Amino acid sequence: MNIIVEVKNLVKKFPIGNGFFTALKGVDLVFTKGEFAGLVGPSGSGKTTLLNIIGTLDVPSEGEVIVLSKSVGNLTPKEAAQLRKEELGFIFQNYNLLQVYTVFENVEFPLLLLNMNTDDRKQRVMETLEWVGLTEKAGSRPSQLSGGECQRVAIARAMVKRPQLVLADEPTANLDAANSHNILQTMEKLNKELNTTFIFATHDEKVIGYLHRIIQLADGKIVSDEQVKKTLR
Amino acid sequence: MRSGTMIMMALRSLIGNGLKTWLNVFVLSFTFVLIIFMQGLLEGWNRQAVTDTVTWEIAGGQYWSEKYDPYDPFSIDSSAAVLPSSLKNEYEAHEIEPVLYAKGTIYPGGRMKGVLLKGIRPDQKLLALPTYLLKNDGSDVPVIMGAHMAKQANLKVNDLVTLRWRDVNGTFEAIDIRVAGIFRTTVPTVDVGQIWLPLDQLQKMTLQPNASTILITKGEIPIQKLSAWPFKDQTELTKQTVAMIQAKSKGYNVFYFIFFTMALIAIFDTQVLSIFRRQREIGTLVALGMTQKQVVSLFTLEGTMNALLAVIVGIIWGLPLFIAFSVYGIHIPMDVSSFGIPLADKMYPAYTFKLIVGTISLIMIITAMVSYMPARKIARMNPTDAIRGKAL
Repeated sequence: MNIIVEVKNLVKKFPIGNGFFTALKGVDLVFTKGEFAGLVGPSGSGKTTLLNIIGTLDVPSEGEVIVLSKSVGNLTPKEAAQLRKEELGFIFQNYNLLQVYTVFENVEFPLLLLNMNTDDRKQRVMETLEWVGLTEKAGSRPSQLSGGECQRVAIARAMVKRPQLVLADEPTANLDAANSHNILQTMEKLNKELNTTFIFATHDEKVIGYLHRIIQLADGKIVSDEQVKKTLR
Repeated sequence: MRSGTMIMMALRSLIGNGLKTWLNVFVLSFTFVLIIFMQGLLEGWNRQAVTDTVTWEIAGGQYWSEKYDPYDPFSIDSSAAVLPSSLKNEYEAHEIEPVLYAKGTIYPGGRMKGVLLKGIRPDQKLLALPTYLLKNDGSDVPVIMGAHMAKQANLKVNDLVTLRWRDVNGTFEAIDIRVAGIFRTTVPTVDVGQIWLPLDQLQKMTLQPNASTILITKGEIPIQKLSAWPFKDQTELTKQTVAMIQAKSKGYNVFYFIFFTMALIAIFDTQVLSIFRRQREIGTLVALGMTQKQVVSLFTLEGTMNALLAVIVGIIWGLPLFIAFSVYGIHIPMDVSSFGIPLADKMYPAYTFKLIVGTISLIMIITAMVSYMPARKIARMNPTDAIRGKAL
């Protein structure tokens, strides 16, 4: 079993006024390579907080989170940035595309950070845009795209460097049903073809329908963790 | 991360900011051009004033009679001395030109006006003064004066005006003098309140044969150390002019300080706004693998590139102007000569390498600092909040 993420007794507290708000209360989890899993729960259940800590954008207050054999709490900001740059992909609810860049430039950006040479970069970007069906929009700016297209660009940007782990926070929240299914199918296809691990944070039924593993969170705790057989979908 | 990548990203953002970028760039380029132009003008003025003072008044330097004190008008009439015998050869070869000073009063149009009389040989060649106009057959007393003096006294060429003076014994004398010529000069110290007349005439009028107050020298002759005639070189004699121009230049500094401040406020404002507006972008950059330090550098670079673009824009529209001004000059109206310091009809700005590189470097450094200050906020931003646009 190839472990990608290991969460051990994770507690996350945020300061509020004179006290603290505890967003995660002793979470234990393991994600293995190639999983298509989701953290499911209502707003405030702690799913985004957990996703941020796995994504090294935040650190645990207590406990340990090990991502690709590296303990998140012990990483320096530079090491955390290095891990994100090389091994992690992010997909956000609001796409978070760089508005002044074209589609091509947005997808190219992670490769620029990796100092990949120009020819390889171009080839990789076009190949990735082909996966998400956006080669014809390479020269467009995000403002010229639909919501579904923007999210497909975000998927391409997350996938272009072939990360081991993709973290998607409410990726379908701003999309209609047709676009939601479209991007979820795209991600499922990439998961199958590249064996990339996907972890979602969602409360969208459409997303839940695609997940292979559903981890229910409520009030900062895991209330259930179940594998879903494909036939159920 | 390669610096080339950083530059490319900064450039993409700048271009993406569109009109705002170009407004900042234009204001900054205007500042660049204005500072260089004003400094170039002062530099040109400085050079021109010193050169003109040398051409019209100083030549290679001056021996001053030891009794001569330019700051004591009461001693002028008694400050002359006989030409030293050791300079006789140079005198005959016109390598030195004696000038005799005396006080006098003219009565143009019934008004009384005090003047400084200066006697000089009509065939002198050391100064640019048109002294050949002083040659005469003895039937009258020809004089020349500067345009400013003529304007003040309301005199024209061939006008006759009564001159009154005192000889060396203190006796008052008077004669009618004829304006033989009016010259235009940038050097007020040979113009304002002065009348030039033939040396031998003034010597006769003041009963001081062979006497002179100063001796103007040709540049190349060896300087003698004479206790009764201390020598003043060009540097010493132009010191005052240079000091006056430097004092005037301080006034101009205020103007371009204001322009520069305006440009920097525009950049600062843009940077603060863009950091507020682009929090989500900043969070995304961090999520994609940039360190906060790299993001701060990127924003600082973006601000600094405003200055770089301004240099390019400034070169495009400023360079032709600089060339035109330095070739054709800038016309200065005569009335400006009341400014009190040497001012030519035309000013030719001089742009030195030090001036251009110094100004550009200074503005680049200050722009980088102004860009860095708001960018520091990024380092304090929580990336998870920034991604959601809620960090500030």
